[in-house]
This record gives sequence, C-alpha cells and structure tokens, in this order.
Amino acid sequence: MLDNSESYVTEDGRTIGGVVMEMKNITLRFGGVVAIKDISFDIREGEIRAIIGPNGAGKSSMLNVISGFYVPQEGEVLFHGKPRPQLRPYEVAQQGIARTFQNIALFEGMTVLDNVMTGRLNKMSSGLLAQAIWRGKAEKEEIENREKAEKIIDFLEIQHIRKTPVSRLPYGLKKRVELARALVSEPSILLLDEPMAGMNVEEKEDMSRFILDVNDEFGTTIALIEHDMGVVMDLSDRVVVMDYGKKIGDGTPSDIRNNQAVIDAYLGVAHD
Amino acid sequence: MLEQLYFAMEVFLNGLMAGVLYALVALGFVLIFKASGIFNYAQGVMALFSALTLVGIMDGQVPFSHIINATFGTDIHHFGWHVPALFAIFGTVIVMVLFAWIVQRYIFRHLVGQEPIILFMATIGLAYFLEGVGDLMWGSEIKKLDVGLPQGINDTIDQVTYEMFGYGFFIDNLDIVATVVAVLLVIGLVIFAQYSKEGRAMRAVADDHQAALSVGVSLNFIWIMVWSVAGFVALVAGIMWGTKSGVQFSLSLIALKALPVLMLGGFTSIPGAIVGGLIIGVGEKLFEFFMSSSALAGELFGFTISATENWFAYVLALIFLVFRPQGLFGEKIIERV
Repeated sequence: MLDNSESYVTEDGRTIGGVVMEMKNITLRFGGVVAIKDISFDIREGEIRAIIGPNGAGKSSMLNVISGFYVPQEGEVLFHGKPRPQLRPYEVAQQGIARTFQNIALFEGMTVLDNVMTGRLNKMSSGLLAQAIWRGKAEKEEIENREKAEKIIDFLEIQHIRKTPVSRLPYGLKKRVELARALVSEPSILLLDEPMAGMNVEEKEDMSRFILDVNDEFGTTIALIEHDMGVVMDLSDRVVVMDYGKKIGDGTPSDIRNNQAVIDAYLGVAHD
Repeated sequence: MLEQLYFAMEVFLNGLMAGVLYALVALGFVLIFKASGIFNYAQGVMALFSALTLVGIMDGQVPFSHIINATFGTDIHHFGWHVPALFAIFGTVIVMVLFAWIVQRYIFRHLVGQEPIILFMATIGLAYFLEGVGDLMWGSEIKKLDVGLPQGINDTIDQVTYEMFGYGFFIDNLDIVATVVAVLLVIGLVIFAQYSKEGRAMRAVADDHQAALSVGVSLNFIWIMVWSVAGFVALVAGIMWGTKSGVQFSLSLIALKALPVLMLGGFTSIPGAIVGGLIIGVGEKLFEFFMSSSALAGELFGFTISATENWFAYVLALIFLVFRPQGLFGEKIIERV
C-alpha cells in the first residue's frame, strides 16, 4: 500500500505522483434515493483513473460531485490534501478542474475555434477598459490565448473544422471539440464523462489514443467514466467500480478483472 | 404635386428618426432575451425609472421625500444643489447597476430553470413594482429633462434643402443626436459582445448554461452584467424620450411600441431591433401622412382617416406574424420530429 505522498513508476515508464484529490465518505441523496453511498477513493497525480459500473451506478453523480455540480450531503473532498469548501461549478473550473459532459454541452451557435477559446476565459485577466482600447496587455493576452487554442486544435486534429459552427458537426467530432475546450484551460485534473459513449469502434480508438496522448504529453491527471470495460482496462492505471451507489472494487485493471463482486455486478449472480 | 413629394420625403426622414427611438427601447429587450431567455416586460419602466432618477439627481431632489415628510412631519423636498448632467448620468448608471444586482439576487436567481412564462410573469410584476417605486421615490408629476442636448429645428438642413428643392426640411436636432447615439451604442454593443472577454462569456451563457459553468463562467455575474447593460440602454432611451416629451409615466407605454418592433426584427437580433424600429417608425409616419391627406387618400378612396399611428405598428406586426413568425432576422424555428 502506497503512502499518499509517495510516487511510483508504471510498467510503461510513466511516473505517477502523490494523491491530488481524495473523496472521503461521500454520500449523495436525491430525496429518498441514495445515488452515492459512503464512497471513498483517491486520484493520483498524472494517472488515468477510471470510474466504471453498470447503468445507474452513480458514476456521473460522482463526477458531478467532483466538479461541483452536485453537493454531497455527507463526506468531503480533499484537494491537494486540504478539505475543499463547497464550491460552485465555475469556481471548481477556476481551480483548474476541467470537464466534459455525457450529453455534450458545447456552444452550438459558435464556431469550433470560438468554443475552444471560451476555455481560455479564466486565463484572461485584463479589464474591460484595457480590452476596449485593445493595447498592450489585452492584445498580448489575446494572441497568447489564440496560440494555445491553435495548439490544442492541432493536437486533437480538428484544424480542418476550426471555422465550422459546432451545430453542423457530427457527434464524434463534437466530443473531440468538447475535449479541446476542456484541455485548452490547461487543467490539472481533467474529468471526462463517458468520452466514448455512442461512438463506433474507429472513433473509440481515436478517442483512446487522444486520452493517452493528453496524459503523456501534458501530464494531465485524468478521471474518466466509461461503460466499455475493454477500453477502460486498456486505458487506465487504476479503476473504481461502482454498483447501486456503492463502491465494490478499487485497484489496477488486473485486480478488477479478478474481483468476484465486479464480475457479479457485470454478469449477474446466479440466485439459487 | 412636387410639394407633396418633398413633404413625403420629410415625413420619411422624420420616421427614420422616430424609428431610432423605438429601436433604442427594443435593443434593451433583445439583450436580456438573448442572454437569459427572459422577455423583460419591465424594459420600458426601466427607461422611465432611469430618466426619473436622472432628473432627480440633477435637480437634487430628495428621494422618498413624500414618505419622509409624512412620517416625520418634516418639509424637505430638495437638497438645494444642482448636479451637472455628466455626473448625474454617472450616478444613474450606478443606480441601474445596483438595480440589476437586486433583480438578479432577489428575483431571477430563485427562478433559474423555470418556464419562460413564469419568468415573463416575474418581469410584469417587476414592471409594476418599479413603476411604484419610481413614483414613491421621485413623485409622479411630469418633469423636464435637459441634459444639454440640442433641440429644435436644424437650421443647416433647413437652409440647404431650401436652396436645393425650394422646400426646407424640418429635422429636429434631438433626432439627429438620437440617431448618432444609437449608432454608437450598437457599434459599442457589438464590439463588446464579439471581442471582449465578458462578451464572450455572455455569448457562452446565452448558448449553454452547463457548458458555460464548466469553463468557469459565473452565471450570476453574467446575468447581473446583462441586466446592467440593459439598464444602461434603458437610460439612453430614457434620456432621449425624456428630452423629447418630458419625463412622465406614459413613457413606460413606449415599451409596448417596442413589441411590434421586436416581432418585425426578431427577438434575438440586435440589427433586427434597429431595422425593425426603422421600419415601424417610417411605416407609421408615411401611412399617417398618406391616409390623412385629402389630396392622396381622399382622392383615391374618397375618405381620410387620422391617428393611424396608434395602431399601425400592431397591425403590421400581426401581418408579419402570419408570414414570418421569427421576424426578419430572428433565428429560424425548426422543430425536429
């Protein structure tokens, strides 16, 4: 068992750092329905952490707790070892935790480039007046932000649609634009809510490659939710398994593969 | 006959100018509707309230003086100073920002995610509330507003056109000022929305709330900002209308004229508000001119009617609703089945 601050090196030679975020006994209820029941797990720096589970297991709710969209009734979230006060979603984003959504939340009326640029909103600090006269700092900032945006657009191979309004794009590309928007804010933690939902095999492979590349190139910590067991096992360093709001497994992909509770949850148990 | 043509041209120009004033009010509606999906019935009252506040500050009137006097038996009405127009405008802007904050904090923050009709009802309540507060604060008598804008016939245009056509056009200086101000305002708003960080955030919020939150935009802040900008636009409209016809409570009824303007121009388009305003302004002036002239309508139909300005805009809007419900520039309504 590793200490919270210890780091280790994976089989493929990446260094995984200490714990950056820790969920402690999180319980989330909607009225009488318990969506998350007393769950604890941590996310280490630089790792790809997956949360999996059958439909309705509470995976998305968990991600919404991390990103501040839901407020848990019990438990706390530790960020860099310190308890995080209850933050609003935009404040979480300002702390450097970016996310994507299961049902894609893009600005449909804007072009791809404009969408990606909104991801830089928090990095702009010049005031309205400075922007109005458009000199010095504001100008430099805009150029800098634009460069960052173009770099990410290049990285995710969506140059050819930079000026296309998002509403005209097919589903798979929209997902990629959403990833670009999250990525351009240079997040320390990236939360991906079913990044591969509804994709065909080819698109899934593309997306997996991008997730690995992002992790590799920028060292971004990634927490993702996914349905597809195969994809998750190939992609992630550690996996949390949820079922009916409870944690039933936590460990490396090979641990999870041999975990009886997980097998039962996915394949069903024989009732005698 | 040539005389009639010149006169029609003059009417046309005056219609354009009147249209600008309608557009100014309509602009405030569009801003809030675009950013938050709220149809703000109170926009007209906001124009009235800002004009009242401006006059009040300029004349050094004591706010709520009637209540204060009735409660404490005092007899105070004025501070006894006069504030220069520019400072008073600045002060009014601060009041309107404060108003925006109160509206957002105490009304619309609690109504996030409600049906549009509920938000609309809330703005109707807000309109009557604000009208009452305006009355209590500054009194209900008609006030003269003079921030130093030029008024009366523009002599240059009169002379030049007289030399050219032998007929001097009557164009009011105030209308020219209003036009220039409206043009500057629209240019400013478009630049703000397209190129500033806040404008980009505003467009993001208008498009998708969740996504805006996820890139770190505070919805609350943006909404307060939008209401403030709408308040500022209301102030500009209030100054123009107030200078033209005095600050009186019927000012809030001008807001109703903005409705047909919006139906023509589309609820979501800033250029639409301008073009719609101009069409209504020109249309109603020319129609009135034509229908009330015995030489035109009288010859043609054998009768004349007057006071068509009261209903022309609404009828035009109705016709538009039948043929192009989204307005000239509005987003096309396509429902996927």
